[in-house]
Amino acid sequence: MINNRIPAGELAQKWSTYKSTCKLVNPANKRSIDIIVVGTGLAGASAAATLAELGYSVKTFCFQDSGRRAHSIAAQGGINAAKNYQNDGDSVYRLFYDTIKGGDYRAREANVHRLAEVSVNIIDQCVAQGVPFAREYGGLLSNRSFGGTQVQRTFYAAGQTGQQLLLGAYSAQMRQVSIGAIQEHNRHEMLDVVVIDGKARGIIARNLVTGEIERHGAHAVLLCTGGYGNVFFLSTNAMGSNVTAAWKAHKKGAYFGNPCFTQIHPTCIPVSGDHQSKLTLMSESLRNDGRIWVPKKQGDTRKAYDIPEEERDYYLERRYPAFGNLVPRDVASRAAKERCDAGYGVGTSKMAVYLDFASAIERYGKTEATKQGIHNASKEEIIKMGKGVVKEKYGNLFDMYAKITGEDPYSIPMRIYPAVHYTMGGLWVDYELMTSVPGLYALGEANFSEHGANRLGASALMQGLADGYFVIPYTIGNYLADEIRTPKIDTKQKAFDDAEKIVKDRIAHFMNVKGTKSVDYFHKALGKIMWDKCGMARNAAGLKQAIQEIRTLREEFWKDVRVPGTADSLNPELDKAGRVADFLELGELMCIDALNREESCGGHFREEHQTEDGEALRHDENFMYVACWENIGNNEWQLNKEDLVYDVIHPSQRNYK
Amino acid sequence: MEHTTINLNLKVWRQKNAEDKGQFENYKAENISTEMSFLEMFDVLNEKLINEGQDPVAFDHDCREGICGMCSMHINGRAHGPWSGTTTCQLHMRAFKDGETITVEPWRAKAFPVLKDLTVDRSAFDRIQQAGGYVSVNTGNAQDGNALPIDKKNADASFDAAMCIGCGACVAACKNSSAMLFTSAKVSQYALLPQGQPERTTRVMNMVAQMDKEGFGACTNTGACEAECPKEISISNIARLNREYLNAQLSL
Repeated sequence: MINNRIPAGELAQKWSTYKSTCKLVNPANKRSIDIIVVGTGLAGASAAATLAELGYSVKTFCFQDSGRRAHSIAAQGGINAAKNYQNDGDSVYRLFYDTIKGGDYRAREANVHRLAEVSVNIIDQCVAQGVPFAREYGGLLSNRSFGGTQVQRTFYAAGQTGQQLLLGAYSAQMRQVSIGAIQEHNRHEMLDVVVIDGKARGIIARNLVTGEIERHGAHAVLLCTGGYGNVFFLSTNAMGSNVTAAWKAHKKGAYFGNPCFTQIHPTCIPVSGDHQSKLTLMSESLRNDGRIWVPKKQGDTRKAYDIPEEERDYYLERRYPAFGNLVPRDVASRAAKERCDAGYGVGTSKMAVYLDFASAIERYGKTEATKQGIHNASKEEIIKMGKGVVKEKYGNLFDMYAKITGEDPYSIPMRIYPAVHYTMGGLWVDYELMTSVPGLYALGEANFSEHGANRLGASALMQGLADGYFVIPYTIGNYLADEIRTPKIDTKQKAFDDAEKIVKDRIAHFMNVKGTKSVDYFHKALGKIMWDKCGMARNAAGLKQAIQEIRTLREEFWKDVRVPGTADSLNPELDKAGRVADFLELGELMCIDALNREESCGGHFREEHQTEDGEALRHDENFMYVACWENIGNNEWQLNKEDLVYDVIHPSQRNYK
Repeated sequence: MEHTTINLNLKVWRQKNAEDKGQFENYKAENISTEMSFLEMFDVLNEKLINEGQDPVAFDHDCREGICGMCSMHINGRAHGPWSGTTTCQLHMRAFKDGETITVEPWRAKAFPVLKDLTVDRSAFDRIQQAGGYVSVNTGNAQDGNALPIDKKNADASFDAAMCIGCGACVAACKNSSAMLFTSAKVSQYALLPQGQPERTTRVMNMVAQMDKEGFGACTNTGACEAECPKEISISNIARLNREYLNAQLSL
């Protein structure tokens, strides 16, 4: 029986009631309580700083050379908050409602409502830290709208909101490091959780520079280690983003929630060849002005501008007249795949569609000409003025596109294709963000999250900071209040010996295989299986095949991987080997989960379950639950279900036509 | 974009660890697509080295979209290579010609010791930030975000300074290995905002003191840092730091 520990009472009162009644730890006791925070992105940095401010003794770990480099830094668009500064009808309830609906009714009401409540505090906190948000001429904060909502509630700092928020949290973290309240461990990777008498009591970490295996004890362990999109090899994630910490926790008893829920973002720069190492996102905001199309003729090899208007298929506008190019991410991604699979794709790979700014340039050009009082402007003049306006709005994105592709998006339409971006699934946590292992918490993208089966834009930053700044500081006290009599964790205990031995044996194995294929070879092969069979569209036959292929690949990996160098020095290939070994297990579980979920919802599309028009078809009567997978050893899992109960919102089928 | 393939000679700095003296090694990179990023070219080289049983080249990288600040190669004598306003990871191979020799080195600075090959230790930047690169405000202390109007001009200028990605190219480009552009960007971000005022004096004094302690050199206003900065952080921030520092000394 899954206990999600959601407090009783009215939805809107649950969090304030919880805060007023949860147990507290007095300041003197906090000093002798150790907390480990793994990962220093938005969730980790905000949690570490806040817990240290409260007086706990905190240790942080990250694999990068500095806490400031965590991948939260790459988020472009913005952060949502129900401030209603624009007087356009926003409220905590509306943000709550939009998030639940956007997630296709697969998230918990109580958690999402709490998220909407604390969203307003996040903005205040970040402003106080000196985060330079965009402002209006009157000096007040600026907002913009984002996909899937009808209000302007997104706060932003140009196209670098994630960077500015992370640097804010990092500055708070550095302040605590300077007074000794946080001990940093950079260039370290967590390789196991140590569980004693059923409680998380520490971790085993590897110093990535010296190769030394270290033991660290603590009264509680927080995993803030991000998502697992890199299981697909190609994604918008950073190269180092990995599932290892979460996976080790899973193997020590933490349930994995909804692993098959992955978000494929529709507007990314397409793959250019086999050498491709990662994919780059072009912000969702571009769909406000760009029109997406493919040629009406299959295999058309003409250049984009040689194809006349009547021979272009603006397929989103055709299929979804009401929302057009602004349908949610999952819908836009599937539609692009459908056209390319049917042979209408463009570019050398034929796996791309056009995102065309020509009509926006002309429209803006005309407006600009009128503004300047030029009534007989030539077409060239109009285009020139229009390009100027577009540059002002999207200049940095257009520059990035030009650098990567060598093409000028002001004159040729961008080529885009969907790419793996975010993982809604993750470690299962209760209302207090605790996993099924007492004392072990998961925050931010690492947990199975408040986003259900599909995340709305500008909600990831909100969730990471909500968890770290405003949720965990309360909920962890409720657990640690009963731990004040637990002395400093002795790392000489047998559980640490055992965990360390497993870690060391595994590293020794990697070094000794001396096989014939590089780690990347296996990672790319796994990525291809996942993308082809557990990507944007899935079916039972493909998933079953994928499971077999992954098992075979995994066996080959353990027998034939080649890890050069030594284990006692900086060795990025060894680091990668450990991560890919875990991806090879997670991939199988994702396919198992996708196979089990006999419905389509959000980012999870099962071809067998669609409406007559090819839209996602949910089966609430059978699948209104969180799939909580329990590892029972030997790559076998047992499914536990947490039923999702909707007291306030009535789930309905989404319709964008 | 039509892609072609090119062949290159690489002259890469190899150094086992901090104690090792290090030396250049020559490699051939063949059939390199002009569509590749510079780091993808290194991926190809490393794949080849692994398959030949050699040790691959260690280099720092993570986001590969120009924002995390982890990548750090000195390419043909320029921090992050020939394209201005571009990190190593965003540099693409169409910047090079068939048959060209490319020299790749780590950041060279006393305060950034080499860990291995092209990987250096930049923790000195973290310590400069710890010395004062923050506003002392605990979580929960904040007033409403709009209770403090900020002149858009100052907010924008603060943002321009805050865009620094902490990659260290400014240090690598400077003949004195000065960290002034990095430090001044952080000092400026806060000096331009009302939130930064209460700690304005101590911040600049402490951050500059830490910078000196880390072994970074003096600034002689040459401007190489600004020219090589992948985020085009303005040297005017250094002028602002100098004013802040002077004012702070006068107010002591």
